Amino acid sequence: MQSFPFQPEQASSIAKSVDQLYLFLTAVTLFFTALIFSIIFYFMVKYRRRSPNERPKAIEGSFPLEVLWTAIPTLIVALIFVWSSVLYFRNAEPPKGAMEIFVTGKQWMWKVEHPEGQREINELHVPLGRPVKLTMTSEDVIHDFFVPAFRVKKDVLPGRYTTLWFEATKVGTFHLFCAQYCGAFHAGMIGSIIVQEPDEYERWLAGGAPGESVEQAGEKVFQASGCPTCHVADGTGLGPSLLGVYGNPVKLTTGETVAADDAYMRESILLPKAKIVLGYSPIMPSFQGQMTDEQLNNVIAYLRALGKAQPKPKEEGKQ
Amino acid sequence: MSTATLEPRVHAPRNYLNADYGWKSWLFTLDHKRIALLYMVSVSFFFIIGGSFAVLMRIHLVEPQGALVQPETYNKLFTLHGIVMIFFFLIPSIPAVLGNFLVPLMVGARDLAFPKLNLLSWYIYIVGGMFTLYSAIAGGVDTGWTFYTPYSSTYSNTQVTAVAIGVFITGFSSILTGLNFIVTIHKMRAPGLTWFRMPLFLWAMYATSIIMVLGTPVLAITLFLLALEHLFHVGIFSPALGGDPLLFQHLFWFYSHPAVYIMILPAMGVVSEIIACFARKRIFGYKIIAFSSVAIAVLGFLVWGHHMFVTGQSVYAGLIFSMLSFLVAIPSAIKVFNWTSTLYKGSISYEAPMLYALGFIGLFTMGGLTGLFLASLATDVHLNGTYFIVAHFHYIMVGGAVMGYLGGIHFWWPKISGRKYPDMWARIGAVIIFIGFNLTFFPQFILGYLGMPRRYAFYPAEFQVLNVMSSAGATVLGVGYMIPLIYLIWSMRYGPISEPNPWGATGLEWKTASPPPTENFAQIPVVTEEAYAYAPEEAAGD
Repeated sequence: MQSFPFQPEQASSIAKSVDQLYLFLTAVTLFFTALIFSIIFYFMVKYRRRSPNERPKAIEGSFPLEVLWTAIPTLIVALIFVWSSVLYFRNAEPPKGAMEIFVTGKQWMWKVEHPEGQREINELHVPLGRPVKLTMTSEDVIHDFFVPAFRVKKDVLPGRYTTLWFEATKVGTFHLFCAQYCGAFHAGMIGSIIVQEPDEYERWLAGGAPGESVEQAGEKVFQASGCPTCHVADGTGLGPSLLGVYGNPVKLTTGETVAADDAYMRESILLPKAKIVLGYSPIMPSFQGQMTDEQLNNVIAYLRALGKAQPKPKEEGKQ
Repeated sequence: MSTATLEPRVHAPRNYLNADYGWKSWLFTLDHKRIALLYMVSVSFFFIIGGSFAVLMRIHLVEPQGALVQPETYNKLFTLHGIVMIFFFLIPSIPAVLGNFLVPLMVGARDLAFPKLNLLSWYIYIVGGMFTLYSAIAGGVDTGWTFYTPYSSTYSNTQVTAVAIGVFITGFSSILTGLNFIVTIHKMRAPGLTWFRMPLFLWAMYATSIIMVLGTPVLAITLFLLALEHLFHVGIFSPALGGDPLLFQHLFWFYSHPAVYIMILPAMGVVSEIIACFARKRIFGYKIIAFSSVAIAVLGFLVWGHHMFVTGQSVYAGLIFSMLSFLVAIPSAIKVFNWTSTLYKGSISYEAPMLYALGFIGLFTMGGLTGLFLASLATDVHLNGTYFIVAHFHYIMVGGAVMGYLGGIHFWWPKISGRKYPDMWARIGAVIIFIGFNLTFFPQFILGYLGMPRRYAFYPAEFQVLNVMSSAGATVLGVGYMIPLIYLIWSMRYGPISEPNPWGATGLEWKTASPPPTENFAQIPVVTEEAYAYAPEEAAGD
């Protein structure tokens, strides 16, 4: 047994600001708890019953006091609400240019894929001082990606993507917990976040199995699934060209315009009839059950890469 | 010996306890007071069952690798602990035991509006309880009391359906009890008992009943859909079947957040009665406390999304739910200030019920304030799903609701049983429970902030010290709960006979004999004064 600290390690860019709010809330809690306890103790002693026949006068209540102790808590919770919401919104979106890593949760392990193709299980290597955005999904039940030292947490859902980002500010190894109960070995679904100096991280990347990048893996799945038959790069196919699509608005037959993000891409592969691009027919078959979540992630990584390309007729003839 | 103790009974007038004998007179009774006792025995049984699961869990967590059972068994322990304690102890405890006994007495009626429905609700509760006990014996269930999908609907191969049916059935018992109280409070108040002359316990029961009637059907529907998916693979919640994994959480918390107020509002009602009686003061800000109960009941239906801040729900939804959750804090704070002010210039005595009530105020204050950490988006992201949550809701539900229930049992025990319990033992018990409770659950706030997730059957070694502290506290708490159990049972036979109004309390229930006769009052009383008329002027006219 060892003694315990009163604060978890602060190892991310947001940890300190969350802790400041936490400390303020602790101060409010201690102040009001102490206030109520001491008033009660004071009254308990001061107004203790001295003779069994005591009959104190009734006090009906006090309107000014009611206003006062409605107003004070209202102001305090308003302050906390604004403070915490500003903090939350500031950290809701990852900064531009964040490193993108795929995470897949399954009973009872974490699978990680780096953009360069390195795969890890129950470990996640990240460089110090660089924003990292995780795109996460689950193969079975709901899990939750929780790194106490970073003060970040997000559910990992089957059939959906959720995202989370952090920027590590301390070199070291930190706990990764599953914080959503997920079955028999929920407690064993833990891993490590390994934060390294950038050059050390580069060396780790290079030293890892030099597999193909996620985009290359995705391109292979894309080819093998027969996607290019219809999604021809120059836009002459039965399906829309996918060059320059990801990350841009897409017009639908319903007249709506939606953002082509991870969730849209995933839906279009699994439930192609849900949203039809303007000018095309609902003829694409569903790939539900034909791609694993990992393959799906790879395909989406490939589509992201295609999204950065300009829709030019001749580039990548295999489109 | 037996003749000596029975002797006073010979002279005792007819009351609801000696009106009739034999098991039929209990199992077929329509008397709200006897039905209350049936409930008291049943919820105590479930409290002991649920408490034993907690004891096993705390023993298990003394060692980081788990000291007692396999992880699968541990998962079943915390699941059944939650289900039994919430659906079979906390929700029925104050309404079905004290509410059943007191609502007719407090409104000055001879019984509830629908006595047969009242008995039916107890039988429904028992049938639901049997399904749950069956599932525990037949292998248990491991989904957590929250039954999150798709784990519960398609992955768990434990007794999910049996438990869902058990909780589904029991829900109807809540609905019927709530309905009975609403009609009774509306239609059966004694002459002169206007709404604003009602004791605050009745206001609390009224607000609670509204939540029961409006909220419980949503739980029933949700569990029905869950069973449908679990048994027949109808795609509702599981994405693999085309369902939505978060839909369940929206439906579940739409009931289960208000359910927290089903547990705490009645305790607030009990505490209002006790504080006024033992300070001999009219409650400070009567109308404000009454209206804040109603405000909490209404706002409670609008805050379910604060359980889902980290599910990936829209940040704007998070913002609204956060704001509404902060709003609930305000009527709760107002209540605490009003109870405290009631003590001002009072004449305060410290019998056991008062110790429980003061303990309630302290623990509820801490439970409420730590709720601010969870209503606040940025800190909830870190604390959600950790032991901080466990500590917070135990401060509300055990520190609040259970302290309120025990305070109420001690306050009205002379009325219910006609006997007194040993006050010194009762005070010792109350203090031990208060201390044991804090020793058990305070370390869990720190554990949660340090990052230990809840529902872990084993854990990293750095969390051991705090876990051992919590388990040590739990033994104190366990001993504390044994004490009232022993002397209350003892007092039923050997306790000194109580006079009709041993505390000098106001309220119609104290104006009749202890124990009350089956018909409650020889003549329906007429109310001529405000509630809590403890002051000399009113007392003179009494």
